[in-house]
Amino acid sequence: MIRIDFNRLRFLVIDDNAHMRRIVRTLLHGFGAREVYEAEDGAAGLEGFTHYMPDIVITDWSMPIFDGLELTSMIRQPGANANPYVAIIMLTGHSEKKRVLESRDAGVTEFLAKPISAKALYQRILNVVVNPRPFIKTKTFFGPDRRRNHGSSYVGPERRKSDKSETIRVQPLLDKTKSSV
Amino acid sequence: MKKRPEAKLDEASVKSFGDYEVIVPKHNLRTFVHKVDGPDDGFGGIDPEAIERAEAALAELSVEFDGWMDKEVARLTSARDAAAAQGLDAATRADLFSAAHDIKGEAATFGYPLAARVADSLSLLLQGIDDPAEVPWALANQHVDAIRAIVRETAKGLDHPVAAELVDQLVAVTTEKLIEITGAPPLVP
Repeated sequence: MIRIDFNRLRFLVIDDNAHMRRIVRTLLHGFGAREVYEAEDGAAGLEGFTHYMPDIVITDWSMPIFDGLELTSMIRQPGANANPYVAIIMLTGHSEKKRVLESRDAGVTEFLAKPISAKALYQRILNVVVNPRPFIKTKTFFGPDRRRNHGSSYVGPERRKSDKSETIRVQPLLDKTKSSV
Repeated sequence: MKKRPEAKLDEASVKSFGDYEVIVPKHNLRTFVHKVDGPDDGFGGIDPEAIERAEAALAELSVEFDGWMDKEVARLTSARDAAAAQGLDAATRADLFSAAHDIKGEAATFGYPLAARVADSLSLLLQGIDDPAEVPWALANQHVDAIRAIVRETAKGLDHPVAAELVDQLVAVTTEKLIEITGAPPLVP
Protein backbone atom coordinates (compact mmCIF):
# COMPACT_ATOMS: atom_id res chain seq x y z
CA MET A 1 0.00 0.00 0.00
CA ILE A 2 1.05 3.62 -0.36
CA ARG A 3 1.42 6.49 2.05
CA ILE A 4 1.64 10.20 1.34
CA ASP A 5 4.42 12.01 3.18
CA PHE A 6 2.19 14.77 4.47
CA ASN A 7 4.95 15.86 6.84
CA ARG A 8 7.02 16.93 3.80
CA LEU A 9 4.23 18.65 1.89
CA ARG A 10 3.73 22.39 2.20
CA PHE A 11 0.17 23.75 2.02
CA LEU A 12 -1.26 27.22 1.56
CA VAL A 13 -4.92 27.62 2.54
CA ILE A 14 -6.64 30.75 1.20
CA ASP A 15 -10.12 31.53 2.47
CA ASP A 16 -11.66 34.73 3.76
CA ASN A 17 -13.61 32.76 6.37
CA ALA A 18 -11.47 32.12 9.45
CA HIS A 19 -13.65 29.18 10.56
CA MET A 20 -13.14 27.38 7.28
CA ARG A 21 -9.37 28.00 7.40
CA ARG A 22 -9.29 26.49 10.87
CA ILE A 23 -11.25 23.43 9.71
CA VAL A 24 -8.98 22.83 6.72
CA ARG A 25 -5.87 23.33 8.84
CA THR A 26 -7.19 20.87 11.42
CA LEU A 27 -7.83 18.23 8.75
CA LEU A 28 -4.40 18.73 7.16
CA HIS A 29 -2.65 18.48 10.53
CA GLY A 30 -4.72 15.35 11.19
CA PHE A 31 -3.38 13.85 7.96
CA GLY A 32 0.12 14.55 9.23
CA ALA A 33 0.96 17.87 7.56
CA ARG A 34 3.27 20.17 9.48
CA GLU A 35 3.58 23.15 7.19
CA VAL A 36 0.20 24.78 6.66
CA TYR A 37 0.18 28.49 5.86
CA GLU A 38 -2.91 30.67 5.59
CA ALA A 39 -4.09 33.76 3.76
CA GLU A 40 -7.40 35.58 4.07
CA ASP A 41 -7.94 36.94 0.57
CA GLY A 42 -6.72 36.54 -2.98
CA ALA A 43 -4.06 39.27 -2.74
CA ALA A 44 -2.57 37.88 0.47
CA GLY A 45 -2.84 34.45 -1.10
CA LEU A 46 -0.75 35.47 -4.09
CA GLU A 47 1.84 37.03 -1.81
CA GLY A 48 1.89 33.86 0.31
CA PHE A 49 2.22 31.75 -2.79
CA THR A 50 5.38 33.52 -3.94
CA HIS A 51 6.78 33.66 -0.41
CA TYR A 52 6.11 30.13 0.86
CA MET A 53 6.35 28.23 -2.45
CA PRO A 54 3.69 25.72 -1.38
CA ASP A 55 3.29 22.32 -3.00
CA ILE A 56 -0.48 22.47 -2.81
CA VAL A 57 -2.74 25.55 -2.75
CA ILE A 58 -6.25 25.11 -1.35
CA THR A 59 -8.33 28.16 -2.22
CA ASP A 60 -11.87 29.37 -1.74
CA TRP A 61 -13.67 30.85 -4.75
CA SER A 62 -15.53 33.88 -3.32
CA MET A 63 -13.08 36.25 -1.65
CA PRO A 64 -12.41 39.98 -1.44
CA ILE A 65 -9.73 41.82 -3.48
CA PHE A 66 -9.66 39.09 -6.09
CA ASP A 67 -11.30 35.73 -6.02
CA GLY A 68 -10.02 32.17 -6.27
CA LEU A 69 -10.56 32.04 -10.00
CA GLU A 70 -8.55 35.24 -10.58
CA LEU A 71 -5.88 33.97 -8.22
CA THR A 72 -5.63 30.74 -10.23
CA SER A 73 -5.25 32.70 -13.46
CA MET A 74 -2.46 34.76 -11.90
CA ILE A 75 -0.61 31.67 -10.67
CA ARG A 76 -0.98 29.93 -14.03
CA GLN A 77 1.30 32.30 -15.88
CA PRO A 78 3.84 30.28 -17.85
CA GLY A 79 7.27 31.76 -17.37
CA ALA A 80 6.46 33.39 -14.05
CA ASN A 81 9.15 33.23 -11.38
CA ALA A 82 7.08 31.25 -8.91
CA ASN A 83 5.82 27.76 -9.66
CA PRO A 84 2.99 27.92 -12.24
CA TYR A 85 2.65 24.12 -12.06
CA VAL A 86 1.55 24.12 -8.42
CA ALA A 87 -1.43 21.91 -7.58
CA ILE A 88 -4.51 24.06 -6.92
CA ILE A 89 -7.56 22.64 -5.17
CA MET A 90 -10.63 24.87 -5.41
CA LEU A 91 -12.66 24.44 -2.22
CA THR A 92 -15.95 26.23 -2.62
CA GLY A 93 -19.58 26.46 -1.65
CA HIS A 94 -20.36 26.83 -5.35
CA SER A 95 -21.25 23.44 -6.72
CA GLU A 96 -23.00 24.06 -10.03
CA LYS A 97 -21.58 22.21 -13.02
CA LYS A 98 -20.81 25.46 -14.83
CA ARG A 99 -18.65 26.56 -11.90
CA VAL A 100 -16.73 23.29 -12.03
CA LEU A 101 -16.06 23.79 -15.74
CA GLU A 102 -15.14 27.45 -15.23
CA SER A 103 -12.58 26.59 -12.58
CA ARG A 104 -11.17 23.76 -14.69
CA ASP A 105 -10.78 26.19 -17.59
CA ALA A 106 -8.96 28.65 -15.32
CA GLY A 107 -6.37 25.95 -14.55
CA VAL A 108 -7.59 24.50 -11.27
CA THR A 109 -6.27 20.98 -10.61
CA GLU A 110 -9.09 19.65 -8.44
CA PHE A 111 -12.53 20.92 -7.42
CA LEU A 112 -14.00 20.23 -3.99
CA ALA A 113 -17.48 21.39 -3.02
CA LYS A 114 -18.29 22.34 0.55
CA PRO A 115 -19.30 20.92 2.99
CA ILE A 116 -15.82 19.54 3.42
CA SER A 117 -15.08 16.05 4.74
CA ALA A 118 -11.80 14.42 5.69
CA LYS A 119 -12.24 11.72 3.07
CA ALA A 120 -13.12 14.09 0.21
CA LEU A 121 -10.16 16.36 0.98
CA TYR A 122 -7.83 13.38 1.24
CA GLN A 123 -9.04 12.04 -2.11
CA ARG A 124 -8.33 15.33 -3.87
CA ILE A 125 -4.86 15.51 -2.35
CA LEU A 126 -4.21 11.88 -3.25
CA ASN A 127 -5.21 12.62 -6.82
CA VAL A 128 -2.87 15.59 -7.25
CA VAL A 129 0.01 13.74 -5.58
CA VAL A 130 -0.31 10.32 -7.19
CA ASN A 131 -1.75 11.22 -10.60
CA PRO A 132 -0.07 14.45 -11.68
CA ARG A 133 -1.37 15.46 -15.11
CA PRO A 134 0.79 17.02 -17.79
CA PHE A 135 0.26 20.70 -18.50
CA ILE A 136 -1.20 22.02 -21.72
CA LYS A 137 -0.24 25.40 -23.10
CA THR A 138 -2.26 26.97 -25.90
CA LYS A 139 -2.94 30.57 -26.84
CA THR A 140 -5.94 30.63 -24.54
CA PHE A 141 -5.18 28.05 -21.85
CA PHE A 142 -2.38 27.06 -19.54
CA GLY A 143 -3.07 24.45 -16.93
CA PRO A 144 -3.37 20.75 -16.13
CA ASP A 145 -4.60 18.67 -19.05
CA ARG A 146 -8.37 18.93 -18.92
CA ARG A 147 -8.67 15.44 -20.40
CA ARG A 148 -8.52 12.96 -17.58
CA ASN A 149 -9.41 10.00 -19.76
CA HIS A 150 -6.88 8.96 -22.35
CA GLY A 151 -8.41 5.57 -23.09
CA SER A 152 -8.02 4.23 -26.61
CA SER A 153 -11.69 3.33 -26.80
CA TYR A 154 -12.77 6.91 -27.64
CA VAL A 155 -14.00 7.06 -31.25
CA GLY A 156 -15.56 10.53 -31.46
CA PRO A 157 -14.15 13.62 -33.21
CA GLU A 158 -10.87 15.14 -32.00
CA ARG A 159 -11.77 18.22 -29.99
CA ARG A 160 -8.35 19.85 -29.62
CA LYS A 161 -8.57 21.84 -32.83
CA SER A 162 -4.96 21.67 -33.89
CA ASP A 163 -4.80 17.88 -33.95
CA LYS A 164 -5.42 16.03 -37.19
CA SER A 165 -8.88 14.78 -36.55
CA GLU A 166 -10.94 12.07 -38.02
CA THR A 167 -14.60 11.62 -37.33
CA ILE A 168 -15.82 8.09 -37.11
CA ARG A 169 -19.56 7.81 -37.30
CA VAL A 170 -21.04 5.29 -34.92
CA GLN A 171 -24.48 3.85 -35.39
CA PRO A 172 -26.61 4.95 -32.43
CA LEU A 173 -27.57 2.11 -30.14
CA LEU A 174 -31.24 2.91 -30.60
CA ASP A 175 -30.96 2.41 -34.40
CA LYS A 176 -29.16 -0.88 -33.83
CA THR A 177 -31.98 -2.01 -31.60
CA LYS A 178 -34.56 -1.08 -34.23
CA SER A 179 -32.73 -2.79 -37.09
CA SER A 180 -32.37 -6.01 -35.15
CA VAL A 181 -36.12 -6.26 -34.48
CA MET B 1 10.41 27.66 7.36
CA LYS B 2 12.88 25.66 5.34
CA LYS B 3 14.41 27.39 2.35
CA ARG B 4 13.47 25.72 -0.89
CA PRO B 5 15.07 25.97 -4.27
CA GLU B 6 12.99 27.67 -6.94
CA ALA B 7 11.26 25.22 -9.23
CA LYS B 8 13.50 24.59 -12.24
CA LEU B 9 10.92 25.19 -14.91
CA ASP B 10 13.46 24.97 -17.73
CA GLU B 11 13.96 21.31 -16.90
CA ALA B 12 10.39 20.42 -17.80
CA SER B 13 9.94 18.23 -20.85
CA VAL B 14 8.02 20.01 -23.58
CA LYS B 15 6.46 18.49 -26.68
CA SER B 16 4.90 20.66 -29.37
CA PHE B 17 1.79 19.58 -31.26
CA GLY B 18 0.54 22.13 -33.78
CA ASP B 19 -0.54 25.15 -31.79
CA TYR B 20 -0.29 23.63 -28.34
CA GLU B 21 2.40 22.23 -26.09
CA VAL B 22 2.31 19.36 -23.61
CA ILE B 23 4.55 20.06 -20.64
CA VAL B 24 5.54 17.48 -18.04
CA PRO B 25 7.06 19.30 -15.07
CA LYS B 26 9.98 17.41 -13.58
CA HIS B 27 9.15 18.54 -10.09
CA ASN B 28 5.88 16.79 -9.46
CA LEU B 29 4.40 15.60 -6.23
CA ARG B 30 4.98 11.87 -6.73
CA THR B 31 8.18 12.24 -4.73
CA PHE B 32 5.94 12.66 -1.66
CA VAL B 33 4.54 9.14 -1.99
CA HIS B 34 6.17 6.01 -0.71
CA LYS B 35 5.20 2.38 -0.53
CA VAL B 36 4.83 0.75 2.86
CA ASP B 37 4.62 -2.87 3.85
CA GLY B 38 1.19 -4.30 4.29
CA PRO B 39 -1.65 -5.59 2.20
CA ASP B 40 -3.51 -3.41 -0.21
CA ASP B 41 -6.17 -1.91 2.01
CA GLY B 42 -8.70 -1.90 -0.82
CA PHE B 43 -9.22 1.85 -0.56
CA GLY B 44 -7.39 2.71 -3.76
CA GLY B 45 -4.47 4.34 -1.99
CA ILE B 46 -6.50 6.04 0.70
CA ASP B 47 -4.84 5.78 4.08
CA PRO B 48 -7.69 4.99 6.51
CA GLU B 49 -5.54 5.85 9.53
CA ALA B 50 -4.84 9.35 8.20
CA ILE B 51 -8.56 9.90 7.64
CA GLU B 52 -9.40 8.61 11.11
CA ARG B 53 -6.81 10.97 12.64
CA ALA B 54 -8.24 13.93 10.71
CA GLU B 55 -11.81 13.04 11.70
CA ALA B 56 -10.74 12.73 15.32
CA ALA B 57 -9.05 16.14 15.14
CA LEU B 58 -12.21 17.64 13.64
CA ALA B 59 -14.30 16.02 16.38
CA GLU B 60 -12.06 17.68 18.98
CA LEU B 61 -12.55 21.00 17.25
CA SER B 62 -16.32 20.53 17.14
CA VAL B 63 -16.77 21.95 20.64
CA GLU B 64 -16.26 25.32 18.92
CA PHE B 65 -18.90 24.78 16.24
CA ASP B 66 -22.01 26.08 18.04
CA GLY B 67 -20.20 29.31 18.90
CA TRP B 68 -19.00 29.68 15.30
CA MET B 69 -22.51 29.03 14.00
CA ASP B 70 -23.84 31.77 16.30
CA LYS B 71 -21.27 34.18 14.86
CA GLU B 72 -22.22 33.32 11.29
CA VAL B 73 -25.91 33.83 12.10
CA ALA B 74 -25.12 37.18 13.73
CA ARG B 75 -23.27 38.20 10.56
CA LEU B 76 -26.22 37.12 8.40
CA THR B 77 -28.65 39.02 10.63
CA SER B 78 -26.50 42.12 10.50
CA ALA B 79 -26.36 41.93 6.68
CA ARG B 80 -30.14 41.48 6.59
CA ASP B 81 -30.70 44.47 8.88
CA ALA B 82 -28.42 46.65 6.75
CA ALA B 83 -30.32 45.62 3.61
CA ALA B 84 -33.63 46.33 5.35
CA ALA B 85 -32.44 49.78 6.39
CA GLN B 86 -30.75 50.83 3.12
CA GLY B 87 -32.70 48.77 0.63
CA LEU B 88 -31.42 45.80 -1.30
CA ASP B 89 -28.85 47.27 -3.68
CA ALA B 90 -25.72 45.76 -5.20
CA ALA B 91 -23.63 46.31 -2.05
CA THR B 92 -26.15 45.10 0.54
CA ARG B 93 -27.07 42.15 -1.65
CA ALA B 94 -23.39 41.18 -1.95
CA ASP B 95 -22.96 41.25 1.85
CA LEU B 96 -26.12 39.24 2.41
CA PHE B 97 -25.12 36.74 -0.27
CA SER B 98 -21.64 36.37 1.18
CA ALA B 99 -23.03 35.60 4.65
CA ALA B 100 -25.57 33.12 3.25
CA HIS B 101 -22.99 31.49 1.00
CA ASP B 102 -20.60 30.93 3.92
CA ILE B 103 -23.38 29.32 5.95
CA LYS B 104 -24.23 27.13 2.98
CA GLY B 105 -20.64 25.84 2.96
CA GLU B 106 -20.12 25.52 6.73
CA ALA B 107 -23.41 24.74 8.44
CA ALA B 108 -23.44 21.01 7.62
CA THR B 109 -19.93 20.68 9.11
CA PHE B 110 -21.18 22.54 12.19
CA GLY B 111 -24.05 20.04 12.55
CA TYR B 112 -26.80 22.14 10.94
CA PRO B 113 -27.47 20.64 7.49
CA LEU B 114 -31.02 22.08 7.38
CA ALA B 115 -29.63 25.57 7.93
CA ALA B 116 -27.21 24.87 5.06
CA ARG B 117 -30.16 24.01 2.79
CA VAL B 118 -31.94 27.26 3.67
CA ALA B 119 -28.73 29.20 3.08
CA ASP B 120 -28.35 27.47 -0.29
CA SER B 121 -31.90 28.48 -1.22
CA LEU B 122 -31.24 32.07 -0.10
CA SER B 123 -28.02 32.15 -2.14
CA LEU B 124 -29.91 31.00 -5.23
CA LEU B 125 -32.58 33.64 -4.64
CA LEU B 126 -30.04 36.43 -4.23
CA GLN B 127 -27.82 35.55 -7.19
CA GLY B 128 -30.51 34.30 -9.56
CA ILE B 129 -32.11 37.68 -10.25
CA ASP B 130 -30.13 40.40 -12.03
CA ASP B 131 -31.82 43.46 -10.56
CA PRO B 132 -31.61 43.51 -6.74
CA ALA B 133 -34.82 45.55 -6.63
CA GLU B 134 -36.65 42.56 -8.11
CA VAL B 135 -35.51 40.12 -5.41
CA PRO B 136 -38.60 39.29 -3.31
CA TRP B 137 -37.53 40.83 -0.03
CA ALA B 138 -40.16 39.15 2.14
CA LEU B 139 -39.02 35.72 0.95
CA ALA B 140 -35.34 36.57 1.48
CA ASN B 141 -36.23 37.77 4.96
CA GLN B 142 -38.06 34.52 5.73
CA HIS B 143 -34.91 32.59 4.83
CA VAL B 144 -32.88 34.61 7.33
CA ASP B 145 -35.50 34.10 10.03
CA ALA B 146 -35.61 30.37 9.27
CA ILE B 147 -31.85 30.02 9.72
CA ARG B 148 -32.05 31.99 12.97
CA ALA B 149 -34.87 29.76 14.22
CA ILE B 150 -33.08 26.52 13.28
CA VAL B 151 -29.96 27.57 15.16
CA ARG B 152 -31.87 29.05 18.11
CA GLU B 153 -33.80 25.79 18.50
CA THR B 154 -30.60 23.78 18.01
CA ALA B 155 -32.31 21.82 15.23
CA LYS B 156 -29.28 19.72 14.35
CA GLY B 157 -29.30 16.90 11.83
CA LEU B 158 -31.96 16.40 9.20
CA ASP B 159 -34.83 14.92 11.17
CA HIS B 160 -36.33 17.88 13.03
CA PRO B 161 -39.91 17.69 11.68
CA VAL B 162 -40.83 21.39 11.87
CA ALA B 163 -37.50 22.59 10.53
CA ALA B 164 -37.53 20.03 7.71
CA GLU B 165 -41.03 21.10 6.66
CA LEU B 166 -40.04 24.77 6.80
CA VAL B 167 -36.99 24.13 4.63
CA ASP B 168 -38.99 22.18 2.04
CA GLN B 169 -41.53 24.99 1.81
CA LEU B 170 -38.88 27.69 1.42
CA VAL B 171 -37.05 25.76 -1.28
CA ALA B 172 -40.29 25.11 -3.19
CA VAL B 173 -41.47 28.72 -3.02
CA THR B 174 -38.02 30.00 -4.01
CA THR B 175 -37.96 27.74 -7.06
CA GLU B 176 -41.44 28.96 -8.05
CA LYS B 177 -40.47 32.61 -7.59
CA LEU B 178 -37.28 32.24 -9.60
CA ILE B 179 -39.19 30.63 -12.46
CA GLU B 180 -41.81 33.37 -12.26
CA ILE B 181 -39.26 36.21 -12.29
CA THR B 182 -36.48 34.88 -14.51
CA GLY B 183 -38.37 32.30 -16.57
CA ALA B 184 -35.92 29.60 -15.52
CA PRO B 185 -35.39 27.39 -12.47
CA PRO B 186 -32.33 28.04 -10.30
CA LEU B 187 -29.09 26.42 -11.35
CA VAL B 188 -28.58 23.29 -9.34
CA PRO B 189 -25.68 20.83 -9.22
